[in-house]
Amino acid sequence: MNTIHEALAPGEQEADFSGVDKVRVVEALARVLPAGALLYEAEDLRPYECDGLSAYRQVPMIVALPKTEAEVVAVLKVCHELGAPVVARGAGTGLSGGALPHANGVVLSLARFTRILSVDPYSRTAVVQPGVRNVSISEAAAPYGLYYAPDPSSQIACTIGGNVAENSGGVHCLKYGLTVHNVLRVRGVTIDGEVVEFGNHGPDAPGYDLLALAIGSEGMLAVVTEATVKLTPTPQLARCVLAAFDDVTRAGDAVAAVIAAGIIPAGLEMMDQPATVAVEDFVHAGYPLDAKAILLCESDGTPEEVAEEVERMRAVLEASGATEIRVSRDEAERLRFWAGRKAAFPAAGRLSPDYYCMDGTIPRKHIGAMLEAIEVMEGKYGLRCINVFHAGDGNLHPLILFDANQPGELERAEAFGAEILELSVEFGGTITGEHGVGIEKINQMCSQFTRAELAAFFRVKAAFDPAGLLNPGKAIPTLNRCAEYGRVRASGGQLPHPELPRF
Amino acid sequence: MNDQIQEWRERVRRAASSGDALQPRGGGTKSFYGRTLVGDVLDTRAHAGVVGYEPTELVVTVRGGTPLAELEAVIAEKGQMLAFEPPHFGPTATVGGCVAAGLSGPRRLAAGALRDYVLGVKLLDGRGEVLNFGGQVMKNVAGYDVSRLIAGSLGTLGLILEVSLKVLPRPVAEATLSFELDEAQAIRRLNEWGGQPLPLSASAWYAGVLALRLSGAEAAVRSAVQKLGGTRVDDGEAEALWAAVREQTHDFFVGTGQSAGTAESALWRLALPSVAEPLGLAGEQCIEWGGSLRWLRSSASAEQVRARAEALGGHATLYRGGNRDGEVFHALPAPIMAIHRRLKSAFDPAGVFSPGRLYNGF
Ligand SMILES: Cc1cc2nc3c(=O)[nH]c(=O)nc-3n(C[C@H](O)[C@H](O)[C@H](O)COP(=O)(O)OP(=O)(O)OC[C@H]3O[C@@H](n4cnc5c(N)ncnc54)[C@H](O)[C@@H]3O)c2cc1C
Repeated sequence: MNTIHEALAPGEQEADFSGVDKVRVVEALARVLPAGALLYEAEDLRPYECDGLSAYRQVPMIVALPKTEAEVVAVLKVCHELGAPVVARGAGTGLSGGALPHANGVVLSLARFTRILSVDPYSRTAVVQPGVRNVSISEAAAPYGLYYAPDPSSQIACTIGGNVAENSGGVHCLKYGLTVHNVLRVRGVTIDGEVVEFGNHGPDAPGYDLLALAIGSEGMLAVVTEATVKLTPTPQLARCVLAAFDDVTRAGDAVAAVIAAGIIPAGLEMMDQPATVAVEDFVHAGYPLDAKAILLCESDGTPEEVAEEVERMRAVLEASGATEIRVSRDEAERLRFWAGRKAAFPAAGRLSPDYYCMDGTIPRKHIGAMLEAIEVMEGKYGLRCINVFHAGDGNLHPLILFDANQPGELERAEAFGAEILELSVEFGGTITGEHGVGIEKINQMCSQFTRAELAAFFRVKAAFDPAGLLNPGKAIPTLNRCAEYGRVRASGGQLPHPELPRF
Repeated sequence: MNDQIQEWRERVRRAASSGDALQPRGGGTKSFYGRTLVGDVLDTRAHAGVVGYEPTELVVTVRGGTPLAELEAVIAEKGQMLAFEPPHFGPTATVGGCVAAGLSGPRRLAAGALRDYVLGVKLLDGRGEVLNFGGQVMKNVAGYDVSRLIAGSLGTLGLILEVSLKVLPRPVAEATLSFELDEAQAIRRLNEWGGQPLPLSASAWYAGVLALRLSGAEAAVRSAVQKLGGTRVDDGEAEALWAAVREQTHDFFVGTGQSAGTAESALWRLALPSVAEPLGLAGEQCIEWGGSLRWLRSSASAEQVRARAEALGGHATLYRGGNRDGEVFHALPAPIMAIHRRLKSAFDPAGVFSPGRLYNGF
């Protein structure tokens, strides 16, 4: 091999922040922030110790709650100067530990950036602060017949800053795209306190597509202080087709058949029987409980268009062996169909003290095989798993049920999850479709990427954050970590199980 | 690893140690774009072919040197398309060149840009490493989104060996309408229509006539045609029109970029907020993408054009013709330029790939 790349990329080694002096950082931040914008007493810090993945907890050293961009600049400059790591935080609903604090660092909460700066129906854009909740944008745009398309199930709580950082999706992203397709411009601050803008209000920006890099970067490149989002005209009508199947593989195949027929549904979701049973108890969506799996397939558009498309969907689903098909008759019924799907996480929470949500994405055609494999794993790890999938784009959310108070169950749940992710990679997919790597899936990054690829990621980070202070230790594993995990992927494209088709 | 890639890796490493430059080139159809090219040509067509295509996955993976026309034919057979409707600018265009140039065509108005359809790339970087980013699935947030960074990077970050693109079904129905409107009226109408649930898929305004294409389900197109009025353009004529706009063989474009150096033949591309008011610069214009793409042939100076684009909240590119040794892309703010330089050296520390094509000095 050549020698050019042998030198370690910046960040490739674990950083040591134990020398950060809390008193100095608090004093310096107190000089740039107003009263009430700085927390450093143990009891005030506790609420920030974890995000939506509560298995990982770490009380931060300090929490800063700025209210203006100038304050964000000042906080970052202080941290940069004193070498303190910074973790940006929105609503803390992240599911991969992305906002997990650093013991020697500052949590930079954007919770006070809650203003919608403008909603412009003429240009179909909204300019919002990062702490604005996802659903608030659609609410503000509704009077104009517009909405913000990406709709994560957590939309009543999660912030647009968090959505940008995770490239979040929702049940409608098959047709309307992810955050990356719906955010036009991001304004942010880099660790050295420079204000930068990625993208703009036009169709593109000059130079490299830094907007694409910033979206999904898990708060590791810049702190978002403002975003311009695209607003979409609200369809005149939406109807949802519910199809029941007596076999999960057949349901998986029906998903492929719908796409093969040239239909791009507004949403295409799948739930297995344990999932429908769990939610039915809770929301009474009227799901057929004897079905092994159900699909929810949505059509939207003009009334004529929807009528035409629903008929095409019905034909395909029938031909694919659906045992029962219902089409929502009115908006109330449509919302009821979705209520069950959207309640999957809380339903899991009612079934079991704890649940662990996975997020692998695989080619659609392997959905059936994946479900079978998960069933085998349930036996192997002695834990139950209920499955809700964004089937249309192959994004899986198996919910592994466990009880953290039972010795060994958390470890078994983690091992179960890890095996699902490894299998996702083997099927030619990815370990995370929309929740991010964070701290949770950092080991599996060693399976998905080679050392050279990981080094490239570190160099990309260093291009924005040469000091390596923004959310260090997340998303990209160090060499040591991969060595410990024992799974550095061989260079040169040698995958585990090369016999498996990658397509 | 394939022999061709092995040979290229060695070539890149040799160039890196000797300080030589390489310019990846497919059919050369987009060589006009960007600043003057330097370096030995690395002909990407030696690495061609569709690697994998499963219509039900809505993904196609192709080698960089594959002719774009071949890819489009393969997916058209299954009723699918590249929704960003890329310009070819000649029969020899390759997929790698298309992605490196990052250009989208008329359907960008509704379907999104090329970068929105890039799911993964296999890249040979300036260290001679073969790197895979992204993948073949619709949703993927493992690691930074380097595949989209590569789209539009004009070969300055490495050689695109392979790319996975999302494909979409071709619309069942299409219709083109034309309206007689002046520039300001056309811009206003396009933005008003854009806020309604209409199946718009392309727009082009030139010389007082706005052409509007609708695509989608039969019923949706039919009701939009009724609602919008205007004059229905014959289907054959419409197809020719959109192809001419996309390929820049339309009357407006003919003659642009012919004799480099003369301001009159220069073609400017202004990317602006769609609602931006009329430019008010001397010369002729063709307006696409619902008002957000304004092609301009003008005797105005580069400074005037760029200042106007900036004042309207966008940027201007000297697309064809003019002085290609000066900057052709809009100047970047200093902190953004600093990030660009560091990204360039992250992937290509010795400056092997297409130096100076994007901006002078890197
Ligand atoms: C019940 C439930 C359902 C969910 N459903 C979905 C779903 O359907 N689809 C989906 O994609 N996700 C879903 N999620 C995950 C989560 O809601 C999203 O990842 C969301 O985008 C996180 O937003 P947040 O404001 O809570 O961010 P946080 O959790 O606070 O932070 C997430 C990451 O973003 C960074 N960050 C936050 N704000 C900024 C900023 N201003 N600048 C820079 N970085 C920042 C943090 O550092 C962290 O890395 C769900 C979560 C829950 C609990």
